[in-house]
Order: sequence, then structure tokens, then C-alpha cells
Amino acid sequence: MSTSRPEVRHTLKMAQPVIVSPDPPELQLDALDTLWFQITGTLCNIACLHCFITCGPKNHQHEMMTVQQVRAALGEARKHGVREYYFTGGEPFLHPDIQELITMTLEQGPLSILTNGILIDDDMAAWLGETFRRSAYSLDLRVSLDGRTAEENDRVRGKGTFKHIIAGIERLARNGINPVITVTEVRSSMGLPAERAAFMECVRGLGLEKPRLKFLTPFLIGREARRTRGYREDELLHDGDLQPGEAQKLQCSSCRMVTDDGVYPCPLLINIPGAKMGETFQDGLRPIKLAWQPCYTCHVYGVTCRT
Amino acid sequence: MLHEQESSTGAQESYRIAVFGGCYNNYLALQATIDDARRRSAQAIYCLGDMGGFGPHPDRIFPILWENEVMCMQGNYDHSIGNRLADCACGYTDPRDNYYAQISYDYTLANTSDRYKDWLRALPAGIQLELAHRRILMVHGSPRRVNEFLWESTTPEPFLAKLFNDYDADMILCTHTGIHWQRRLPDGRCIVNVGAIGRPPNDGQTTVWYALLTIDPGHSRVESELLPVAYDYERLAYEMRQEQLPEEFVETILTGWWTTCLEILPAKERARGRF
Repeated sequence: MSTSRPEVRHTLKMAQPVIVSPDPPELQLDALDTLWFQITGTLCNIACLHCFITCGPKNHQHEMMTVQQVRAALGEARKHGVREYYFTGGEPFLHPDIQELITMTLEQGPLSILTNGILIDDDMAAWLGETFRRSAYSLDLRVSLDGRTAEENDRVRGKGTFKHIIAGIERLARNGINPVITVTEVRSSMGLPAERAAFMECVRGLGLEKPRLKFLTPFLIGREARRTRGYREDELLHDGDLQPGEAQKLQCSSCRMVTDDGVYPCPLLINIPGAKMGETFQDGLRPIKLAWQPCYTCHVYGVTCRT
Repeated sequence: MLHEQESSTGAQESYRIAVFGGCYNNYLALQATIDDARRRSAQAIYCLGDMGGFGPHPDRIFPILWENEVMCMQGNYDHSIGNRLADCACGYTDPRDNYYAQISYDYTLANTSDRYKDWLRALPAGIQLELAHRRILMVHGSPRRVNEFLWESTTPEPFLAKLFNDYDADMILCTHTGIHWQRRLPDGRCIVNVGAIGRPPNDGQTTVWYALLTIDPGHSRVESELLPVAYDYERLAYEMRQEQLPEEFVETILTGWWTTCLEILPAKERARGRF
């Protein structure tokens, strides 16, 4: 463990100061397998209390990507042999051209979309179902749900969201889409086997006969830092911390995130000053430093944002 | 380290090779596959690894492979069993998948003789051939990782082109997913996931699948064909129960629907199954 002090950077944009490891491990990009698109920037129809990038209806820190931006990145991705694509935000279904974006991406490879499901109406669910059946490549919807009851879920995702999320999931199910229900462990008990089993039954009750669940560890940045706590100064990675074979398991050894304003190592770091790798696709191909506090969570809990 | 072999092909007649993977202890399907390949005039037979797992009586696989001169390479399961590791390193990420994977791994590790473990440990990690002037690369998962899953719906063409370029291959033969598929790129390069002969491919049928490659007499083409094989699955199910393997595994053998290790499936492949 290093004895040198972490650097603390105060920024106007961030509610919490950013603490940077003075001697972070370096991580090579093994291959660019996964490309993330911050498709709607930080714009979302809701404002969850655990959102690690503080998305909401009025957060324009990152703007929506244009169709041209996505098309250009797909062209670059094709040259690099990218294997899979992810749309996130914000809420991807806020994008006015979402169907065009989905169609052009699926022509090139498999796509996962991270959504709260609220904006998926009957027409959109039918279109997604048809697109899923027609596409050669897999289309996955990941719908966030943070409790088995309205009381549990709405406490973090906002009043009244539970019933709208459930309605979105049921529409997807009726149209042949089996979404991955993504649960952030906002209470420690949610990681226990009994709780996971109960969630499984809850999802089965929504008409999903083959329940698919993904549990995610919260990241202590953005609004989550206010809901619970921020990272401590010692919660940082130092050179030598990575275990043998760990580098390959970290998603940032094989992914990059494209936003409206440039390239980042991963979806967690788009609001962290200094984490941006550059403006162009090429800028994102160099190694990264695991200097940031969320890197600590990925290391300790083995988190991957992949479906 | 890849194992290179030279092929000798006659110029006057077609040359055929059979390629299968994922035996998963299913010695009955193994014998049936070899018999089928011989009937179809296969002159060489290759196995892409994963001899153990899922089925009963691991030691019954090896004499069949040896007696029939099957050219074998090492899968992740073989690496783990051969090195007496704690788990199969299949690459599952969900606890439900790993739960059942561990049951079959513990059973296989406990019931594989040391001499077979030593043989598994020494198998090559890949095989390279040149047939009809095409560089053919046989791997278990993918050319870059033994436990990488190459599913049909999540293996796009740009990614395949990169693999062909990076590993200097015109044709890649792989297994590991347990579900067979093949695709030819516009430039003629081709991937064949030969599937598995150890359990059916989640299609509601009891047959298992392998690949037959045919090289034409003029050595100008390599054609690949994916073929189903019927075997005595009821006997296998009986023996699995005798060995007290999970009833979920037996159900898969009897119905053709996967009941375990489902979470690793991409959405499209999952949608085709019952569970």
C-alpha cells in the first residue's frame, strides 16, 4: 500500500471533491470488445437517488448524441472489430431518434439498452419485439427496478415510478422481449440469496417466464454519495493492487464509452474531471490509469456493467 | 501454443474430416458420433475439447477417443481437470450457472482417473491445419481465450474479421457454447461452431451435433456441414440417475431443453429454449 497522499480535486461541477490515486495501476486495452454510447447524455425522465452520474430532466452536463455522432462511432467501431454495443443515459428512450439508432447499431452487432422502462409504450414495445425477432444479432433490454414493492422502489427511483416500470416490463413481455431486470443493491440485504430468490419470483409474476436478473453494487458518487456516503480517501487503487488475472476481468480492459463530447474509459467516469480520454475514437485506444474512486468498487466487488 | 499438423489428401476424391466438441462425459453420444462420421467416410476425426462434465462415468470417454485415434485438444474443462483445479473455469458469471457447473465439475474431478487427468493436462491448446489452401484454426472457445463464448447472435462480422486477421486464419472451428452455428463472411472466410455432442443444443430434440468438412477433389473448396446424431439418450439418463447426478441434467438429456446454465445465454438463444 502506498503511503503517498491522494490528490483531492475540488470542482464546480461535482457535488463532492474528486480524490485521485497518486500511484494508480495502469490498464492496457486488450481489445475494444464493448462500446458504450451515452446516448441521451445525462438527461433522464426521472432522478434516482442512487444515480452515480446524477441524471435528471434538467441535467445537461452531457447532451444527447446526434445520429451522426453515433454513426461515425459505429464506423470506427467496425474497423476495430467491436463485439457488442450498449446504449445508456440518462434514459435512452428519451432520444427522438431512438429507433433509427437501434436499427443502425443492430445492423453491426448485438445491442443492450439500459432503461427504466417507463417510456416504453405499446407501440414502442411492439416495435422492439419485432426488431428483436427480425435482427440477426441479439437485442437486450435491461430494465432497472430497485424493489419488489412500490414502497421499496419508489424510495430511490421516485414516487409513482414502480407502477410505470412494471407496466413497461409487462409490455415488453407481451411482445416477446425478456428483459434483464437490473437491481441496484440499495439495501445491503438485497444481496442475500433469499432476497434474490424473492426478486426472481416477483419478476416471474410479471409474466416473465424465464426471469433474468442482474444485481449491481452501488457506486458512491453522484447522488448515491449523498444518499449513503462518498468514498473515503483510502478507497483508491494503487500500483500493485490488482490480483493476477484481474485486469482481464475489469470491463475497462476491453471497453470504452463514447459521449457527445468525447471518449471515456467506462460509463462510471463520464462526470469525473480528468477521466476523459480525448475527443476522438483514437484517443480512447490508449491505456488508462485506474486512478478514480469508482475503480475501487470494480476491484473490490468484481463489478461489470456488462449484461 | 498451437499444435500444427500436416494433412495428406488424395487428389482424386473428396477428403472429409469430422470435428466435434463438448463430450461432457457422454460416451454413448461419442461412440455414435464416431460411427456416424465413419459412415460418412470421414478420414480424420478431431475433438475440440471439454471431455468431462454433465454426464456419468468420465473414464469411459478416453478409451473411445484413443481407440478411434481422435485428435484431441484441450478445453477449459480439460485444463481444470488435468491440473486438478477447483472449478471448471467455464466463464459463467451468474451464481445460478456456477452452482450447477460446480456440481458436475466436482463429480467429474472425483471420478476421473489420474492417468486420464495427466493426459488431459498435456493436450495442445489448439490445432492448425491447411486444407485446400485454407488455413484452418481449431480452438475450444475462441482463438484468444479458451473460455470465450462465440454465440451466433453475439458474434458480429467485424469482430470475426478481426479474429481471422489477428490469428491468420481462413476458417475457425470452435465449440464451448454447446450450440452449433456457422457463418461465412462476404470474403469467403468462415466460422463453424461445431456445437457439442454431450448434450442437445436447447432445441427440444434429443440429438446432438457435430461438423463434417468436405474438401473437394480439386482442393479448391472446403464445405462444412452440421449434422445431428441420435444416440441412446434413455440409457444415458438412466446412468445419470444411477450416479445421482442432478435431475435437472437428466431432464435436459430426455427433453432436449436446457434447464441449467441458462443465464449465460444471449437473449436470442435464450428465447429459443423452454426455460
